[in-house]
Amino acid sequence: MSSQVDTTPAAAAGTPAIELRGIGKRFPGVIANHDVDMTIRAGSIHAVVGENGAGKSTLMKILYGVQPPDDGTIAVNGETVTLSTTGDAIARGIGMVFQHFMLADNLSVLENVVLGAERLHGIGDAARERIQEISRQYGFDLDPDELVETLGVGERQRVEILKVLYRGASIIILDEPTAVLVPQEVDALFTNLRLLKAEGHTLIFISHKLDEVRAIADEITVVRRGTTVASVRPDEVTSRQLAELMVGSELPSPSTEESTVTDRVLLSVRDLEVLDAAGRPELSGISLDIHAGEVLGIAGVEGNGQTELVEAIIGMRRLSRGSVRLGDEDVTSWSTKRRRESGIGYIPEDRHRHGLLLDSPLWENRILGHQTRPPSVRGGWLSLRGARRDSTRIVEQYDVRTPGIDTTARALSGGNQQKFIVGREMSGDPRLLIASHPTRGVDVGAQAQIWRHIKDARREGLAVLLVSADLDELIGLSDTISVLLRGRLVGRFDPRAVTPQDLGSAMTGADDPTDEEAPA
Amino acid sequence: MSVVRRGALALASPVLALLLAGLIITVVLAVIGDDIAGFWSVMSSVPEPRNAVAMLNQASVLYLSGVAAAIGFRMNLFNIGVEGQYRLAAFAAGAVAGAAWLPGYLNSLLAVVVAMAVGAAWAGLAGALRAYRGVSEVISTIMLNSIAGFLISYLIVKVGRTTGNATGTDPMPEGSRIGTIAIFPDSPTELYGLSLLAIVVGVLFWLVLNRTRFGFELRATGASDSAAVASGVDSRRMIVTTMLLSGAVAGLVGLPVIFSSAYNYGSSFQAGLGFAGIAVALLGRNHPVGIAFAALLFAYLSQQANLLNILAGISPDIVAVAQGVVVMSVVIVYEVVRRYRVRAEQTQVASTLSAESRAAAPTEGAAS
Repeated sequence: MSSQVDTTPAAAAGTPAIELRGIGKRFPGVIANHDVDMTIRAGSIHAVVGENGAGKSTLMKILYGVQPPDDGTIAVNGETVTLSTTGDAIARGIGMVFQHFMLADNLSVLENVVLGAERLHGIGDAARERIQEISRQYGFDLDPDELVETLGVGERQRVEILKVLYRGASIIILDEPTAVLVPQEVDALFTNLRLLKAEGHTLIFISHKLDEVRAIADEITVVRRGTTVASVRPDEVTSRQLAELMVGSELPSPSTEESTVTDRVLLSVRDLEVLDAAGRPELSGISLDIHAGEVLGIAGVEGNGQTELVEAIIGMRRLSRGSVRLGDEDVTSWSTKRRRESGIGYIPEDRHRHGLLLDSPLWENRILGHQTRPPSVRGGWLSLRGARRDSTRIVEQYDVRTPGIDTTARALSGGNQQKFIVGREMSGDPRLLIASHPTRGVDVGAQAQIWRHIKDARREGLAVLLVSADLDELIGLSDTISVLLRGRLVGRFDPRAVTPQDLGSAMTGADDPTDEEAPA
Repeated sequence: MSVVRRGALALASPVLALLLAGLIITVVLAVIGDDIAGFWSVMSSVPEPRNAVAMLNQASVLYLSGVAAAIGFRMNLFNIGVEGQYRLAAFAAGAVAGAAWLPGYLNSLLAVVVAMAVGAAWAGLAGALRAYRGVSEVISTIMLNSIAGFLISYLIVKVGRTTGNATGTDPMPEGSRIGTIAIFPDSPTELYGLSLLAIVVGVLFWLVLNRTRFGFELRATGASDSAAVASGVDSRRMIVTTMLLSGAVAGLVGLPVIFSSAYNYGSSFQAGLGFAGIAVALLGRNHPVGIAFAALLFAYLSQQANLLNILAGISPDIVAVAQGVVVMSVVIVYEVVRRYRVRAEQTQVASTLSAESRAAAPTEGAAS
């Protein structure tokens, strides 16, 4: 592998591994790339930073041959190329590690790695040897015969990187590799990445976490609104300066003002337990209170029961034990409809699956989840006028960028879809707002607006349950943070005193997990 | 997207589908070596008044059948069982009307209500199995179709009578029969009175679907089951209710013929309307007006087919092939047009918004 890379004449001559010139992509419905210029030195770690929705992903998809660009040229090792399929990219030595792992849980590491690349070294001992060799060389510490389902998140990610190396990639794109990792795992990943660099690989590191970028990158390119706005060296800039490059002049921060927490409990969950289909507990012993004017943040590595908790509170999952009270009423046996009518606003984790009818116009989406309440519905009859008028209000008040309310939800960008959902869920006098990853996949402008709306809701005396994977968002918005680990609440933190490292330890169970109430 | 463009696109799909189907049928005729010109001249001839009336009668029952299927389709329930539901319901209506427990039109009314109830119950079985036991409604309704056929054969000898080769329920009394409506003065055939049910059902279908909460929840469940559940729709109850409604409408399919022409349910009762209804619903995009056009088209094709053998020496079965080809073309063309529409709308939204931001750009530039 290393011989392949080091003896490339282009690398020796100092030719950049990747050179992008004037790349543009007009992509229907979402922000396009335009005038992207980027030079990536061979054998370096090059970070591409930018807020969610800035166009990083599109750019990387272009580089990996998923979508062809409309304008501009791509040169790989000095040679201008056309990448129209991922096969083209792989043939040029470009590999990509996606943010969401693409692994089959019930197959072994070996089987996952050779899947689709059987022609390289077969599927037997030759492949096993090759995998062990790569694993040793870069300190991956992976056993080819272990089942993927037994691996942790960090190990799975190393399997993904191994897959790419196995296919002979010398230029590796890592799409937000740290998003799913806790701080300790990030350190381990960086060690691996430095080894890869030392062996002559070129790494493209996509992130929006600036401290990490400054720790690992040799060069940083900033993407904003679909184009490259600056290329800097990490020792030339502070994180603050980088952040300002990323978001333009105004830097949104989720920090909360003075406390508005009252002593009136709006949501009270006691000893809640939810079982999966096989009867194993997905959540157990969950007890929490949220007061009027309080934001309770739920931190945790994804898949530790966040989805189940939200769905149990909204009534989509049956409890096997415990109770849920909303205000003075025990709602444990209530249907989802009745719970929502009684004042729960719900910003779902997956807005496409749970929050919108993608092929319906916005005004019909106004009715969704509110189909028993004015202004959209009176009695059993829809009020088209009411729904349309209120949709117009939401579009104006929540700054939803759309040509009109007859546009289908699918045609809007993620941020605008989300703003519409927030507007909808804030109408009809909610008492409790459940916000699940409210700013995931939305652009920076929308993110700031959504943060502001959550702060407004808190100030108006709503109880807010905020589930997020973004620790900064949690720390900035919450009055209290609880950590969910393997279906249990394992710690309670004061966001003013907590550090991401503390949360990271609690999220991985580095603390004693039996210590239910860690000191705030 | 402008209203005009949206309308044009909505019309483009069926027109394209029909052109494609016509092309395929022409190729089939050419390959077989049949008389292509003869086929098209017969198929495009203006029907005689009596054929036109027969067409309308046929269209009305196809419409009812199409709506029955469409009610399920609108929430992604594939009620393949309209066939069994309407036949069992027609048998029940014939039996009740023939028994004449009530006088005159009260008897007719009772028979209609029984037909709807039987259709609903037969579909409801499949709905309950799907909602509470996870049995695919496609499988259960297909099986129920078969069971319905045997059940009718079994029951008809119990309650009916055999005259010659034919077995049927007792004929209903004169006073319970429903008159016909003369459309053309010199036509020997007239429009069945209960054909007007099609119009009532069509209006109700549109109204419930587009203007009521129930209709919204039904459409929402069809568009995204997960979003509907998250919005508080009880999906099990929706499945059962929708199947009940679909079956109730299916129960009406056989009635125009029974009350205005056959006066009983017999072994010669027309089969296959339920399956035709599925095709009609597909062609009409599950839309009340679309289904009406589709039903008229299918009825027109069937009527003209009767002339093919006499005038052009072509077996009328080619028209059944044509109807099948139409449905296949529709499925393909609608999907192509749908994708085109999604792309066109996204492009249009992107360009509108970028034009807006360009208009706003000078102020932004001044600020920074």
